[in-house]
Amino acid sequence: MVDAKKYPAPVTNPETAPFWEAAKQGKFMIKRCTACGEAHYFPRSICPFCNSDKTVWEESSGEATIYTYSLMRKSPTGPYAIGYVTLKEGPSLQTNFVDCDLEKLKIGQKVKVVWKPTDGAPLPFFTPV
Amino acid sequence: MTIKGKAYIAGIYEHPTRHAPDKSTAQLHAEVAKGAIEDAGISKDDIDGYFCAGDAPGGLWQMTDYLGLNTKKLRHVDSTDTGGCSYIIHLGHAAEAIAAGKCSIALITLAGKPRTGVMPPRAAGAELDFEAAYGATTHNAYGMCAMRHMHDYGTTSEQLAWIKVAASHHAQYNPHAMLKDVVTVEDVINSPLISDPLHRMDCCVVSDGGGALIVTTPEIAKSLKKPLVRLIGHGEAHKGPRGGKDLDLTYSAGVWSGPRAFEEAGVTPKDMKYASIYDSFTITVLMQLEDLGFCKKGEGGKFVADGNLISGVGKLPFNTDGGGLCSNHPVNRGGMTKIIEAVRQLRGEAHPKVQVKNCDLAIAHGTGGLLGVRHAASTAILERV
Repeated sequence: MVDAKKYPAPVTNPETAPFWEAAKQGKFMIKRCTACGEAHYFPRSICPFCNSDKTVWEESSGEATIYTYSLMRKSPTGPYAIGYVTLKEGPSLQTNFVDCDLEKLKIGQKVKVVWKPTDGAPLPFFTPV
Repeated sequence: MTIKGKAYIAGIYEHPTRHAPDKSTAQLHAEVAKGAIEDAGISKDDIDGYFCAGDAPGGLWQMTDYLGLNTKKLRHVDSTDTGGCSYIIHLGHAAEAIAAGKCSIALITLAGKPRTGVMPPRAAGAELDFEAAYGATTHNAYGMCAMRHMHDYGTTSEQLAWIKVAASHHAQYNPHAMLKDVVTVEDVINSPLISDPLHRMDCCVVSDGGGALIVTTPEIAKSLKKPLVRLIGHGEAHKGPRGGKDLDLTYSAGVWSGPRAFEEAGVTPKDMKYASIYDSFTITVLMQLEDLGFCKKGEGGKFVADGNLISGVGKLPFNTDGGGLCSNHPVNRGGMTKIIEAVRQLRGEAHPKVQVKNCDLAIAHGTGGLLGVRHAASTAILERV
């Protein structure tokens, strides 16, 4: 398993900067709305469900299950597996699966967040538990 | 207020090219515009509405000028871009403008050169930092949908393959089709995996080319010489992960655009004699057939199997030009050709081997963007008068 792939550094913006600052400490943050109680990802300042501006940062457990995936057999940087995971806290998000046998991924499999370096803040990926 | 019956498709043209190293993208737009204008039998100077999407070089200002549209007449424009279904949305918007008296003869163009030119990059949105690194492409975005559909409903690769098989049966009669060979279920499932569970033959072609439409009022359409085809229902809709709540990749925005169009038209999926269904991948067709109500959710695999989509064989003839899977997919945007083949069927101008008898009601449906990420859908119900 070659994992020397170079990932783009997040551009970041004022709305999402706290996510990337936390990422540098290895913390995977989501947003939760204190008005409707729903968590969401990726983070917004206004709740995408109830339109309240009472959203707060919350550290996610980083524990998730695979909702779906697809193994891209060829690419300029080699095969990779894209997918969606559903966090223990509720929201689903797009990611890649890394540090594992890509042929053995399964829907429903338990995974956890891992970080990969970039020239800026690290990026979240998921790997089987 | 409804657009039912208030706009007619009076002109259609599909560019015969699939490979155009010797032409510019703007030139292809001009050629398809000329083709549709001549098909309708109108004058370019009569056009008072123009619609184009992200494939038009420079957008509206540049294209209206390049095409030499009549500045004294041109009074309504729209550059809505929803990827491959933009042109189905344009058709609905043109009908709205015509019904409101904002224009009377609208031109819609699509053209481009993904095989021989440079494709403009897609602009990123707020998701940039949270998705760009993961390499979502058309193949794997639709692969993710197929994987989950198989998991939830037991859909099989063999069932998906039947969609390609049906398209290939139709493409053999289309002299312009890129892939004219009839293929079998085994051919499809034995072709290499591109992005699991999709095989190479589950994927559409990449082609240069384009197409255009002329949409007009009932009065003007009736003064022209072409068989009368009108829009009687239209719907559009949008879907995305929306903060990651209740993610479900087994259905598309067609679940909303379809019923809107059928309700406006006052007809049901059972009434459709022919269906143009966007076929970027086999799974695209299967999900949309379910979403539009041609069968129940999860039963798409059973519905498409055993040749049910083959003209003259099955119950729902689809994409009788060979579709994106075999004929062409100009600029990676399949909505325009979906409308054009539906109009051919309604006019009785499809190839005799695939022409549906007494074809008086048809659907043209498409999506734009990525079903596995975020996308739009649009549905048009067309009637021969």
